[in-house]
Amino acid sequence: MAHEDSELLPGETPVRFLDQDGRALDETRYPMPPLSELQAAYRALVVARRINEQCSALVRQGRLAVYPSSHGQEACEVAAALPLAERDWLFPTYRDAVAVIGRGVPPAEAMVLLQGDWHSGYDPREHGVAPQATPLATQLLHAAGFAHAAKLRGEDTVVVAMCGDGATSEGDFHEALNLAAVFGLAVVFLVQNNGFAISVPLSRQTAAASLAHKAIGYGMPGVRVDGNDAAALLAVMHAAVDRARAGGGPTLVEAHTYRIQAHTNADDDTRYRDRAEVQEWVARDPLIRLRSYLRVCDALSAAAEDEITAEAEAVAAELRDALQAEHVPDPEDLFRHVYAERTPRLEEQWAMLADELARDAESEHAESEHAEHEEAR
Amino acid sequence: MIESLTMAKAINAGLHAAMSADDKVLLMGEDIGTLGGVFRVTEGLKNAFGENRVLDTPLAESGIVGTAIGLAMRGYRPVCEIQFDGFIFPGFDQITTQLAKMTARHEGLLQMPVVIRVPYGGHIGAIEHHSESPEAYFAHTPGLRLVSPATAQDGFTMIQQAIASNDPVLFFEPKSRYWQKGEVDREATAAPLHASRVIRTGSDATVIGHGAMIATLLQAAEIAAEEGTSLEVIDLRSLSPIDYGPIVESAQKTGRVVVAHEAPGNASIGSELAATITERAFYSLQAPVLRVTGYDVPYPPAKIEAVFLPDADRVLDAVDRVLAY
Repeated sequence: MAHEDSELLPGETPVRFLDQDGRALDETRYPMPPLSELQAAYRALVVARRINEQCSALVRQGRLAVYPSSHGQEACEVAAALPLAERDWLFPTYRDAVAVIGRGVPPAEAMVLLQGDWHSGYDPREHGVAPQATPLATQLLHAAGFAHAAKLRGEDTVVVAMCGDGATSEGDFHEALNLAAVFGLAVVFLVQNNGFAISVPLSRQTAAASLAHKAIGYGMPGVRVDGNDAAALLAVMHAAVDRARAGGGPTLVEAHTYRIQAHTNADDDTRYRDRAEVQEWVARDPLIRLRSYLRVCDALSAAAEDEITAEAEAVAAELRDALQAEHVPDPEDLFRHVYAERTPRLEEQWAMLADELARDAESEHAESEHAEHEEAR
Repeated sequence: MIESLTMAKAINAGLHAAMSADDKVLLMGEDIGTLGGVFRVTEGLKNAFGENRVLDTPLAESGIVGTAIGLAMRGYRPVCEIQFDGFIFPGFDQITTQLAKMTARHEGLLQMPVVIRVPYGGHIGAIEHHSESPEAYFAHTPGLRLVSPATAQDGFTMIQQAIASNDPVLFFEPKSRYWQKGEVDREATAAPLHASRVIRTGSDATVIGHGAMIATLLQAAEIAAEEGTSLEVIDLRSLSPIDYGPIVESAQKTGRVVVAHEAPGNASIGSELAATITERAFYSLQAPVLRVTGYDVPYPPAKIEAVFLPDADRVLDAVDRVLAY
């Protein structure tokens, strides 16, 4: 290996440009992203927060089956999508709906999975977004394979593969990082370390000094970054994406962040963590931090804020409208795409189900006619 | 031109033909490049097509299948080799929860033309995890196709058909037959990939199997013929979907059916066949469909594998029992 081992180790502290109150720190390891990009990131953060709030509300209203919120982690969501070119690909998890929408997937299509309409609602090829993975770390291998394909085709496509701290315990995490490093693939593995895998804390996932320290074992650089500092995240992600695009191989980025809400609406996080801890992290909110910085820099006018709020409200309205529509999946869809060509067995099973549904409809019709008749009497 | 090739060479020739026909076909697996695979099925292909199309991967079955999915998402047709049947299980999650479902998950937008080659079955005197028949685990999973050639000719044609399929195909290679020679006609018109086939006609009872079991069934049919019993032998060729046409027709003709395979019988391919034949040929049957299978025990050590594996005698015992009804 040409590199010095020590170059692969993460720094002693996470990369951080802005303190909790948005004051600039003396961070010399990476260049500060230009203000124009931070403005774009702020706009995306506000929209992201609004999506999270709207989707949580839609769960309470029964319009969404479940919503694993990225509330508090929006800076990671934004920094995963923003540095990518159109031809690049994102491999997200179930908690990354915001990043999916950030890549241009219409909000209604992004919600199809969580609405229970189908397992995925968008065309991955149209947006360069793989399906949101529900199991842990399975998608990291798909990301490596996709990047391998790009390499074989001589394309400079970069793939960002997302996962959480819990997923780093999975075998597929190991296999994906190892394969990506062995073949020198253009993958940036972005781990959102939000401290919990549902209820289990990071201390039960690893005894390593940090998750980023694992990178050296694979022969790739590991970087730790403040996951609530959008400026730091963008700087680190840009560097990793550029490195991958130039043929430098994969990078493991560990973003330190916090899941402000419970795992999902079905979870009760009062059983496993202190309110005081949650409040500490609320104070590190990524939106407030970037907003303060931009205001100090005179880069965020009241008019711009109004405009951004209006844009976020428009996305929320789009979500509400999309989920108002009552969509009932067609039962024949069960059989349509199991195989490229339907097998005789599936033809038979669909014929049986179609017959059953027809009989159900007939007896429902007869019942309602009977009821009408009774009412008439 | 008709050549005499071992099944290993025939599959090798099929892979060569598929790779020549489509540059998106690539092979991946452990020891398949420079070594040519532990059974030499990929011998010479790295030299012919280069290391980018014959990928020696890290030792990671989940990794092989998982990255094959990513390659397929970007237009490749990966052919993965799992070195031995018993080593497929680290890849089980990627095969059953990811590969099998990807097409349905995207309503047909992402097709998964991935082939997974699995040398399987016993008779080679190996240590544990090298002689198993794990077909049923995969036949249970919607979205996968499963086939198994019993002859060199089928090895040559079926591997090409499997690669041409737009669905994931598990290609089970009966490793004890790798070294058996058979006639291969490269120009022969191929039967459909999923067609079952009557390979010996008979009138008294039907015996059904796949892979290495076909040789045992043909041997049993020879012995039975000497004793005046006429057995019809059916090669399943495809385990999912199963082509029931010739099977039900044969059951209706003979009224007596024995199903045989190396895998344990509980919740097996044989169980599925027995149930479906009973559903579709009930009034023609003169006896219950009997299963001759490996016992419901872990695959035994080499020295007693012969006791575990169904042989012609065990098949003929079952034939005697169905004839006695």
